[in-house]
Amino acid sequence: MTQLEHEIHDIKAEVLSMWNLVESQVKKARTAMFHFDRDLAREIVVKEKRVNAFELKLDRDCENIFALYCPVAVDLRFLLAVLKINNNLERIGDIAEGIAKYIIESHGDFNHTLFEEIELVTMFDDAISILADTRIAFEKEDTILARSIFKKDEVLDRINLGAMQKTANCIKSDINLVNDALYVLSIIRKLERVGDQSKNIAEEIIFYVEAKVLKHNDEAS
Amino acid sequence: MESTIVKSVDYNAYFGENHVVKNVNIEIPRNNVIAVMGPSGCGKTTFLRGINRMHELIPGATARGKIMLNNEDVMEMHPIFVRLKIGMVFQRPNPFPNLSIYDNVIAGYKLNGIKLPKADKDRIVEHSLTRVALWKEVKDSLTKKGSFLSGGQQQRLCIARAVAMEPEVLLFDEPTSALDPISTSTVEELFHELKKNYTLIIVTHNMQQAARVSDKTAFFYMGELVEYDVTKQMFTNPKDTRTQNYITGRFS
Repeated sequence: MTQLEHEIHDIKAEVLSMWNLVESQVKKARTAMFHFDRDLAREIVVKEKRVNAFELKLDRDCENIFALYCPVAVDLRFLLAVLKINNNLERIGDIAEGIAKYIIESHGDFNHTLFEEIELVTMFDDAISILADTRIAFEKEDTILARSIFKKDEVLDRINLGAMQKTANCIKSDINLVNDALYVLSIIRKLERVGDQSKNIAEEIIFYVEAKVLKHNDEAS
Repeated sequence: MESTIVKSVDYNAYFGENHVVKNVNIEIPRNNVIAVMGPSGCGKTTFLRGINRMHELIPGATARGKIMLNNEDVMEMHPIFVRLKIGMVFQRPNPFPNLSIYDNVIAGYKLNGIKLPKADKDRIVEHSLTRVALWKEVKDSLTKKGSFLSGGQQQRLCIARAVAMEPEVLLFDEPTSALDPISTSTVEELFHELKKNYTLIIVTHNMQQAARVSDKTAFFYMGELVEYDVTKQMFTNPKDTRTQNYITGRFS
């Protein structure tokens, strides 16, 4: 193994550690939401600083490799992809933190019937599953799995599209639900962004492994 | 569309029984910089020397196939004419140590017995030294020996000597491997200027140099031309695994 290969191996391990942390943040956001656990929500907010620290470290490490090793070909594509994945993961970390802050701000437990009505459970589960799939695709350089993310993201898009009408219906049926319903709608919107970020990550994995650019190419995606 | 200036057709080169360049087919576009890279012993320098018929000067060396210059077979041209049209610069700066800077530039004319009026010689010297960005540095010391210059300046003087003969193609065999980073950078900048008037073919071991200066890159391995493509493509997405392994340092 060359020194550059060692460096790239270490970067990959670092990305996976960040990924595990981000995934755990989203899972905790789900638990905190459904069990109205404010302590867990506070923990998410505190741990977001670690996600940010990962982002800064990965940026710096990639910068060092560019400066010291002048990577080319697959190594260059890997590092370019990592820089973007790093940013996408940090944004997902922000989303988990945003959800946690809603829980902390909220006056009391949410009305659980809304979770079913507006499909929040499915949205959370699918977002977590997509995030896990992209991690596996990155770890195993599996572009077939990466491509499957595009299809899965459509489920999140569908729920998100229907959420507005469902929220309106819930509010119409019981005006007291207005606060909770708006929180749930906002969380749906945030989880939809998890799907978008994961889709971006999947595109980067395909770029790195196959040297194909799918960005802004809806047909290819 | 870019026209082809040099083309090799099924070119093979041998040292005795040793088959060092194998069936190379390549088309080199005019006014481009072409980098030729590959591990030691891959045949890149032999191929380069075949282009201006210097390969045949080595005892026991033979070649098969064709090297075409402007669609004419160089083997059917007079070797001196070929070398006038296709100049060469070597790894180590090799100005004639006993000649002045001025005489070094016009050495090609002197050695070929071409007599020129003083005014023409002056014009050629100034023009050639200007082309290699050396005129301002040496215009007041043209009578000093070439060896008086620094390594980087000597190499530019050698390029000026080649340029003085008004060639169409310039061959460079690891032209900066004996130079410090500043001189290397000056010579690399010069390549960008020179390609406006000439076609440059550069053998280099320095992959970053190939990436920085060339429009297209050829990768040789064990005498074969493995891959030849636009440099940007080659360094971001090489098609052949051997190229990828070589440029990423995973070559065993």
